[in-house]
Amino acid sequence: MSPDTILSVDHLSMRFGGIVAVNDLSFTAQHKKITALIGPNGAGKTTVFNCITGFYKPSGGSIRLAPPDGGYFRLERLNDFRISKLAKVARTFQNIRLFPGMTALENLMVAQHNALMRASGFTLLGLLGFPTWRAAERDAIERARSWLDRIGLLDRADDAAGNLPYGDQRRLEIARAMCTEPMLLCLDEPAAGLNARESAALNEMLLSIRNDHGTSILLIEHDMSVVMEISDHIVVLDYGVKIADGAPRAIRDDAKVIAAYLGTGDGEEIAAEGVT
Amino acid sequence: MTAPAPTPPSATRSAGLAFILKKAVISACVALILFSLMIGIRTLPSENGQLTYTTRFGELAAMVAIVFGGSIVVELLRLWWGPVDRVKLAPPPVQAALDIGGRLIAPALLIFALLVPVIFYQQRYILDLGILVLTYVMLGWGLNVVVGLAGLLDLGYVAFYAVGAYSYALLATTFGLGFWECLPLAGLLAACWGVMLGFPVLRLRGDYLAIVTLAFGEIIRLVIINWQNLTGGPNGISGIPRPTFFGIPLVPGPNGLAAKFGIPFSPTHRIVFLFYLILALALLTNWVTIRLRRLPIGRAWEALREDEVACRALGIDTTTTKLTAFATGALFGGFAGAFFATRQGFISPESFTFQESALVLAIVVLGGMGSQLGVALAALAMIGGFELFRGFDQYRMLVFGIVMVLLMIWRPRGLVGHRAPTVFLEHNRAISSDLVKEGHG
Repeated sequence: MSPDTILSVDHLSMRFGGIVAVNDLSFTAQHKKITALIGPNGAGKTTVFNCITGFYKPSGGSIRLAPPDGGYFRLERLNDFRISKLAKVARTFQNIRLFPGMTALENLMVAQHNALMRASGFTLLGLLGFPTWRAAERDAIERARSWLDRIGLLDRADDAAGNLPYGDQRRLEIARAMCTEPMLLCLDEPAAGLNARESAALNEMLLSIRNDHGTSILLIEHDMSVVMEISDHIVVLDYGVKIADGAPRAIRDDAKVIAAYLGTGDGEEIAAEGVT
Repeated sequence: MTAPAPTPPSATRSAGLAFILKKAVISACVALILFSLMIGIRTLPSENGQLTYTTRFGELAAMVAIVFGGSIVVELLRLWWGPVDRVKLAPPPVQAALDIGGRLIAPALLIFALLVPVIFYQQRYILDLGILVLTYVMLGWGLNVVVGLAGLLDLGYVAFYAVGAYSYALLATTFGLGFWECLPLAGLLAACWGVMLGFPVLRLRGDYLAIVTLAFGEIIRLVIINWQNLTGGPNGISGIPRPTFFGIPLVPGPNGLAAKFGIPFSPTHRIVFLFYLILALALLTNWVTIRLRRLPIGRAWEALREDEVACRALGIDTTTTKLTAFATGALFGGFAGAFFATRQGFISPESFTFQESALVLAIVVLGGMGSQLGVALAALAMIGGFELFRGFDQYRMLVFGIVMVLLMIWRPRGLVGHRAPTVFLEHNRAISSDLVKEGHG
C-alpha cells in the first residue's frame, strides 16, 4: 500500500443469499484525489458504498482506510457509526436523507455532534452553561454558517431542510457530510436530478473540497459530464466485477467499458443516463 | 429524475348532483344493512321464557332516511365550503391574533400557576386539582423527551412513575430517609430502569417497540403486586412520610412550620406547599428539557426521530442516544413518582395501571410536535377538562371522547402544530408539521 493511498479495497465480496452483488473487487483511492465508481445500473456500486460506510458487513475481503498521518482502520470490522466517528468517512445517499423537519442550520449542527458532545462535557457542562461550551457552540454555528455561505444557502439557513428545492437539498447533504470533517467523502450520485448549471456548480464544489480541504472523494455517478471532468481516477464495475480501472481518458476508450455500456443491449440506458 | 410536482387535490366543487345522490344512496344502503338487525328487529322474552321478536320497520326507515338526508347535507356543505384546510377554518386575521396569543400564553400560564394558591386559597378542591394537573404536566414533559423528541413510542411510562413512587416509599419507611434525600435517589433508580428497558428495545421499531414497552409497564406492576415481602403486594405501602419544608415538618404543634413562623396552623399550608413543590419539579423538568434540546444530545434525539440511518452515517451513536432519551424520560417519571408517594401518603399497584400510561401518552400526543407548551395545555385540557365535564354525569366519557376526536380532526398533529428550531441565524421560523417526522420507534 503506497503512502498516497487512503482507501484500499481488497478482494471485497458481498453476497445476499445466492446473489453475488460484489465479487472479488479490489481497487484503491488516492489521497486528495477524486475517485469515481461507475457502471451500469445494478452493477453493485451502492453495495460497495454500503460496505465501505458500514451499512453492510462484507461477506469477504478487507477495506482499509489509511489516514496520511499514519495508522489505518479496518473498515469491515468497525460498526456503522464508528466508521464516521473514528475513521472519518462521511457519506451522502442516493435518495437524499436530510432531517427534513429541522432547519438547514440544525442539519449542519447535528453533523458536528461528536465534537460538540465532547465540548459540552457529554451534556453536563452544556447543561450548566459553561463558557467553554458556549465558545464551542459559537464555533460550530460559525462553521455551519461558512458552509451555508459556500453552498449559497445562507439566506435559507433558518428554513426547514424539507422545504428546500431539490438541488439545494443535494448541496446541503454534501455540506452536512463535510461538517463531520471527513478524511474520505463518499458521494452516492450527487448529480442525480441536477440540471446542467447545477451540475457545473457541483463540479466546482467538489474540486474545491478536494483542493481546499484535502478531503479525498469517492463518488458514484451516472452523469458522465461530472465523472469525466473532475475524476482523477475511475473504477468501472459490471455485475459486481471490476472491468476497468484507470484515468478518465483511458476509461473512455476502453473496449470493455464500451461493451458494458453499449454492446450488451443497454443502449437506451446510457442515452437516458447521459441527460440526467 | 426530478421529483414530480405533487398534483393539486381535486376540488370537490365539480361534483355534480348525480354524484351526491349516488353517495347518499350508498350510505343509505350501508345504513339499511347495519341497522336492519340492530334496530329493525327487537328480541324480547315472552311470558313463558321463550325469545320472541318484534319488528320496528318504522324506526328503521327513519334511521335510513336520516342517513340519506345527512349524507346529502354533508356533501352540499363540502361543495359550499370547498376543500377543508386551515385557512378556511380560521381566516388570516383570526390566525394572526392566535399567533400573538400563542406567544403570550406560556408566560400567562406560568403567572397563573404561581398565583393559583393565592387566588384559590380557600378552595381546597381547586388546589388538589391543580396539583393533579401539574403532576400530569410533569409526567407529560418527561414522556415528551422519549416520544416527542426522540420519537420512541413508549406505552409503559407508568413503570418509571411506579419505580419512583416505590423507591421513595421504601427508602423512607425502611431507612427513615427524608423526602429531599430520596427524591434524587428515586429519580436515579427510575433512570436505571429506563436504561434497563432501553437495552432490549434498541433494535425494535414502531409497533414492536410499543408492545415491548407496554409489556414492561405490566411486568413492573405485576412484580409489585407479587413481591409481597418488599412491596406489600396489593395492600400497598402506607404511612409514607409527608414532605418537610427543608427539614421543618408541616404539622400542628411547637415543632411545626406554622409555630416557627408564628402563624396559626392550617392544613391548607401543606396543600399549598405540595402545589409549589410539584410546580417547581415540573418547571425543573421543563428547564432541563429546553436546555437539552439546544445541546448536541437533544439535537441528536430529534435527528433520530427524523432519520436514524442518516444519524448513523454522521457518526452518532444511536444506542447511547436512545438510552439517554429513555433514561432522561424515566428520571422525570421517577421524580413525579416520588412526589406522588409523598402527596398520597399511601401507594398501591392500583395507581400504576396501563390507563395511566395511556393518559400520559394521550397528553403528549395531544400536545403535539414535542412542544413543551403543547403538553402543558394538553394536560390542562385532559385532566382539567375531564373535571369540567363532571356535570354531564354518565355522558362525561362520551362528551370527552367526542371532544378528543374533534380536536384530532382539527389538529391532527396536536395542539401545537409546528416545531420550533433549536438554533437560528436570523429568523426563528416555526417549522410546519408537514415536514416533521413522527419517528418510527
